[in-house]
Amino acid sequence: MTTKVEVKNLTKIFGKHVAKAQTMLENGHTKQEILVATEATVGVDRANFAVEDGEIFVIMGLSGSGKSTTIRMLNRLIKPTSGSVLIDGEDIATMTKAQLQAVRRQKMSMVFQSFALLPNRTVQQNTEFGLEIQGVSKSERAAKAQKALAMVGLGEYASQYHDQLSGGMQQRVGLARAFANDPEVLLMDEAFSALDPLNRREMQDELLDLQANLHKTIIFISHDLNEALHIGDHILIMKDGEIVQIGTPEEILSNPADDYVERFIEGVDRSQVYTAGNVMVRATTVNVEKAGPRLAARRMRDNEISSLYAIDSERHLLGIIDAKDVRQAIDQHQEDIRPLVKDIVPTTTIDTPLADLMDAVSSTPVPYAVVDERHRLQGIIIRGAVLGALSGNEVNVNV
Amino acid sequence: MFDLPKIPLAHWIDAFVAWISHFEGFFYVITNALGGIINAIQWVFDLLPIPVFILAVIALTWWLTRHERKLGLLVFELLGFLYIWNQGFWRDMTQTLTLVLTASLLAIIIGVPLGLWAAMNRTVARIVKPLMDFMQTMPAFVYLIPAVALFGIGMVPGVVASVIFAMPPTVRMTQLGIQQVSGELIEAADSFGATRWQRLTKVQLPGALSTIMAGINQSMMLALSMVVIASMIGAMGLGTQVYFAVGRNEAGSGFAAGLAIVILAIILDRITQAMNHKQH
Repeated sequence: MTTKVEVKNLTKIFGKHVAKAQTMLENGHTKQEILVATEATVGVDRANFAVEDGEIFVIMGLSGSGKSTTIRMLNRLIKPTSGSVLIDGEDIATMTKAQLQAVRRQKMSMVFQSFALLPNRTVQQNTEFGLEIQGVSKSERAAKAQKALAMVGLGEYASQYHDQLSGGMQQRVGLARAFANDPEVLLMDEAFSALDPLNRREMQDELLDLQANLHKTIIFISHDLNEALHIGDHILIMKDGEIVQIGTPEEILSNPADDYVERFIEGVDRSQVYTAGNVMVRATTVNVEKAGPRLAARRMRDNEISSLYAIDSERHLLGIIDAKDVRQAIDQHQEDIRPLVKDIVPTTTIDTPLADLMDAVSSTPVPYAVVDERHRLQGIIIRGAVLGALSGNEVNVNV
Repeated sequence: MFDLPKIPLAHWIDAFVAWISHFEGFFYVITNALGGIINAIQWVFDLLPIPVFILAVIALTWWLTRHERKLGLLVFELLGFLYIWNQGFWRDMTQTLTLVLTASLLAIIIGVPLGLWAAMNRTVARIVKPLMDFMQTMPAFVYLIPAVALFGIGMVPGVVASVIFAMPPTVRMTQLGIQQVSGELIEAADSFGATRWQRLTKVQLPGALSTIMAGINQSMMLALSMVVIASMIGAMGLGTQVYFAVGRNEAGSGFAAGLAIVILAIILDRITQAMNHKQH
């Protein structure tokens, strides 16, 4: 993976005595002290992060955390006070107006929270906007806009005005407008926040679908951690203009950097994030090709359990063996335990989200077995571990 | 108070007008240019046979309001114009129309760019606001005096005085309209790499258009309210008829001409409003 966007010491100070405020900031004064002394507000304080080519990078925080200012400095809608924004090595913060215009036209597009569609234009004309700005010929821009609209499923609506469309459809137009430019970097500013929850979820999934084919570098602002966890490859959490933590969704959940992040993740729907692989525990097994009933009985006794998962020498899952059947076999002097195996174990795969397993796990009498693509046993899911993960207590078991 | 000498403000302004009158050449050019526009418009109106003119206005109104089906307005226009024709006010009406259209045109040409500038520059806005207040509240009669000194007698000083009085709504509404375009739309234009000119023509002006049109409509109505006053310095038209009626103490003919002004005002108002509603 190569770095597409790199942000170094990016700082934004709003107000009048910016230079003085900056010196104070560098000397380690707090934002409150700076505000009192200079009446300047520190919007973003020396942010450093790197976004990899083709990933979805979510910047999240509450309002006032500086996330909107940060994304606007990436395409210089807000001019940084200091620091640099490197896109493919070129510094956005210091380039000339003409260079900036070229980068905005060719490399980056933005999607806005309240859609920012032009009311006097049709869906098609709105989608063509970026191309029109670039001076692309009429026929070419019509073709590209049509393609972009088809991509977001709005091909039929080209001649409508956006006030005739629902919120979700309007934001699809916003997406199509951004995609029509074929940018390398897509900036999405709370793009789905204005939508109702059902629509939001649908748009998130659609974005992931599109991304699977397009592999754009997407920088996505959100205040919704569930959204961030759902779509983000990496998540950056901001508070009061500072970066609190950067990590993958699992890292954020399992190792919150501080109380702030912890409070943030308290309300998270973990079942969407955790997979069977995260909560499975070691299964107590018996290799039925080698072991006899006495070994099986001893293993049950040692582990204080009443059944064993039966596997072969290649660890393929065969089924389950009951304590009662094993005792009977011992009584009847039967050495082969293979006939005792009951193939009644429900199975699942490592990346199945817990959300999909919740009902099944709580209603099955035999714990689910997690198997790989060749049906080899990886572990089992016991109810207690699922509940533990969902409540956030035992999250670092398997991550 | 009485011990203090009177501030010679009137004297200063007289001196200023006298000084500015030295730029005769400049005002001569403006007078001729405006005269040219006025004569051209009047020439077209004089050329058109009256029934053709009436039908043309009705056809225009029908086309502008074709989605709303305002039959009543079309009937009103027909009856109104027939009344003006019947009363022998036709030429006066076209002269008044010429005055109003020329004044409105100038109000747009000067007012829209001024409003744009004020919307984009705080200092300009701070200067323009009191200036507009002044222009609109100063009794319109006062403009007549320097207008005559600089532009002579006739339609041209009438137009100039009307423009000064009628322009403020266009400036204000243009400024307001541009400032009301949502910040996100501006950001969207910038984020796609628009130049300032592209941002203005593709986002700001279209977004402000209906507010600007409302301002132009107001300017036009104010210009129309100036016609009687303008007639005092020789601007011909329906205002002259009213002015004469006042001089002769004839209530009847005063009302007859005044009614013609009202009819013209309603027709102009409805047509400009229809233009505004028409967009999409």
